[in-house]
Amino acid sequence: MKKATYLVTTSLITAMMVLGSCGLSMAGGTEILGAGATFPYPLYSKMFDVYGEQYAIKINYQAIGSGGGIKQLAEKTVAFGGTDAFMTDEEIKAAGAPIVHIPTCLGAVVLAHNVPGNLEIRLTPQVVADIFLGKITKWNDPQIVAVNPGVRLPDMAIVVVHRSDGSGTTFIFSDYLGKVSAEWKQKVGVGKSLNWPVGLGAKGNPGVAGLVKQLPGSLGYVELVYALQNKMSVARIANRAGNFVLPTIESVSAAAAVTMPADTRVSITDTSAEDGYPISGFTWLIVYREQAYAGRSREDALQLVKMLSWMIDEGQQFTEPLQYSPIPKEVAALADSIVAGITYQGTPLLAK
Amino acid sequence: MTTNAAERGVRGAHRAEDSFKWGLYVAAILVVVLLVAMLLTLLTSSIPSLRHLGARFIYGTTWDPVASEFGALPFLVGTLATSFLALLISIPFSLAISIFLGEYFREGPLSSFLKSAIDLLAGIPSVIYGFWGLFVLVPLVRALEMKLGVAPYGVGVLTASLVLTIMIIPYSASLSREVIQMVPRDLKEAGLSLGATRFEVIRKVILPYARSGIFAGALLALGRAIGETMAVTMVIGNSNLLPKSIFSPANTMASVIANEFAEASESIQVASLIEVALLLFVVTTIINLIGRQIIKRVSFE
Repeated sequence: MKKATYLVTTSLITAMMVLGSCGLSMAGGTEILGAGATFPYPLYSKMFDVYGEQYAIKINYQAIGSGGGIKQLAEKTVAFGGTDAFMTDEEIKAAGAPIVHIPTCLGAVVLAHNVPGNLEIRLTPQVVADIFLGKITKWNDPQIVAVNPGVRLPDMAIVVVHRSDGSGTTFIFSDYLGKVSAEWKQKVGVGKSLNWPVGLGAKGNPGVAGLVKQLPGSLGYVELVYALQNKMSVARIANRAGNFVLPTIESVSAAAAVTMPADTRVSITDTSAEDGYPISGFTWLIVYREQAYAGRSREDALQLVKMLSWMIDEGQQFTEPLQYSPIPKEVAALADSIVAGITYQGTPLLAK
Repeated sequence: MTTNAAERGVRGAHRAEDSFKWGLYVAAILVVVLLVAMLLTLLTSSIPSLRHLGARFIYGTTWDPVASEFGALPFLVGTLATSFLALLISIPFSLAISIFLGEYFREGPLSSFLKSAIDLLAGIPSVIYGFWGLFVLVPLVRALEMKLGVAPYGVGVLTASLVLTIMIIPYSASLSREVIQMVPRDLKEAGLSLGATRFEVIRKVILPYARSGIFAGALLALGRAIGETMAVTMVIGNSNLLPKSIFSPANTMASVIANEFAEASESIQVASLIEVALLLFVVTTIINLIGRQIIKRVSFE
C-alpha cells in the first residue's frame, strides 16, 4: 500500500514538473537568448528587465565577454551577441552570413591615477604612449610638467597598471595608442591582450582600480563607468583638436560626432570632434541580417528586431542614470535604418 | 524451507558482494579513463600551437598575442618560483604546528581549537586569500621594498609566495601531525628510558620515523601551490616578462590561462593557452613522480 502511494505521488510530481515546464515555455512566448560583452551588462540588464516586463518576454543575456559573444553568434547558439570591438570582415565572412552591427551606447577608457594630493593632471597622447611604453618613468618628467603649469608634480616613479585579462577595454585603449603613436603600433600593437613593455597586470576593472588605490604613483586605465562609480582621480586627455577633455558622459557622446559609415563599424578613438573625449568607443549588438536560419520562426525574429529598435529608441533613457553615454541622434537614426533592414526570408520584418 | 532461505541469503550476499566489487572496478577505471581523456584532449587541442611554435614554446620568453608569438618560459619560471618559495617558507611553520599538535598537545581544548582553526584555514576560498593579500600583504611588502630600495610595487613573486604559504600550511601540517601521532609509543619510551630529553626524542626518533609522511604532506602542499590560480593572480602583478628577482612582478601558468582564455579569439592563441595547460599537467606529473621516489628513499625501514 505504502509503495503504491509512493509510486502515485512520484508519478504525479513528475507529471506536474513536465507540464509545468511546458506551461512556462508556452506562457513566456519566446525567450530571446543573447551573450557577449561585459561592459554594457548593467545597462542591458536594466533595459531587458524593463522591456521584458512591458512586453511579457524573457531576455536572457550572458556577460561572457566580446569574444565569446561573437563565437556564440557564429555558432548560432544565441539570437544576438554583444561586442565592444566590431567584427572584422574576415570574422563576418567566417560566420557564414551577413551580420549587422547595432550601436547601443558608448563607453570610454579613462586614465585613473594615484598621485598624492588628488591633483588634476593633463596628459597629451604622446605622453600617455610614452608612459605605457616605459619611456617616461617619473611624474615630474619635463614632458608632463610642460602640459601641467601650476601643478606641483612629485618626484615619484610612475607605476603602470594594465589589464591582465583579455578585454575590450584594452582593445579600445591600444587602438587609441596605435593611432597616436607609430612606435606603439609597431612595438606593441592593437589587441585584447598585449605584450606589455612595462607595468603590473590586474584582472578586470575592479582589479586595476584596486591596485591603483593601493600603489601611490600608479597610473591605470579603467572603464569610465567604473571610475565614476568609484570616484577615482582621472586625467584630462588632449584630443586631436588640442583641447584637454575630462571624460564625462557628455564628452564621450560628443566623440561620436564624426562621419559614420553606413554599417556603424567605426573606431572613434582619437576623434576629430572638438569637445570629444579621445578614448571613446561604441558597443554593439550583433545579429544576422537574414533571420530565417537554424529553425528560427518568424515570431522569434520579429521579437528580436522589436527589442533592438526599442533599445536604440526608448531604451536610451536608461543610459545616463547608469552613467553610460547615449548614442547621438544621428547615430540612432542610422541604427534604426539598420534594424529596418533585418529580413526574414528576404522581406523586412519591420514595416515602415 | 529454512535451508532454502539460508541458501538464498548466502546467494544474495554473494550477488551483493559481486555488484559491489564491479561498482568499485568501474569507479576506479573511470578515474583512469578521465585522466587519459584529459591528457588526450589537451594534446589534440594544442596541436596547432605545437606545430606553429615547436620547442620555442618552452624556451621562448615573449608572450605576444598580437604577433602570435607564444613563449611560456616566464610562466613556467613564475609557477615554479612561487610554489617552491612558498613550500620553503611553509616548512618551518607546518613542522612546528605538527610537532606541537602531534606530540606536545595531543588533546585538550587548546589543541582541538588549534586543529579546527587550521582546518578552517584550508577551507577558506582562495579569492578571500587574494583580497587579504592585496589589502594587507601588498602594503607590507611595499614598505619592505622601499626600505630595500627596489621598485616598490608591493605585488610580485614574494607576495604571491607569502599568500601561497599561508594557503598550503594546513595541508602539510595536518598530514604531518597524523604521522607524528602514529609514531609507536614504545619507540618514544625506549628513547626516553635511555635518558634522551624530549627534544632529542623528537629529533632522533619521531622525525626520522615520520619523515616519509612529512614529505608526502609537503608534496601535497606543493601540488596545491602549483595549481592555485585566483589568489596568485591577484597579487603577482601579472607581468609576462621573466622575473628578475623575487620582488619582480611575474605570472604563473594557471593565472595566464584564467586571464586570457575567456577573450582569446585567435585560434592559435587558444591552442597556445591549452598548451600551457598541457605543460602544467606535465610539470605536476613530473614533480609528483620525483616526489614519490624521494618518499620511497627516505621512508623508515
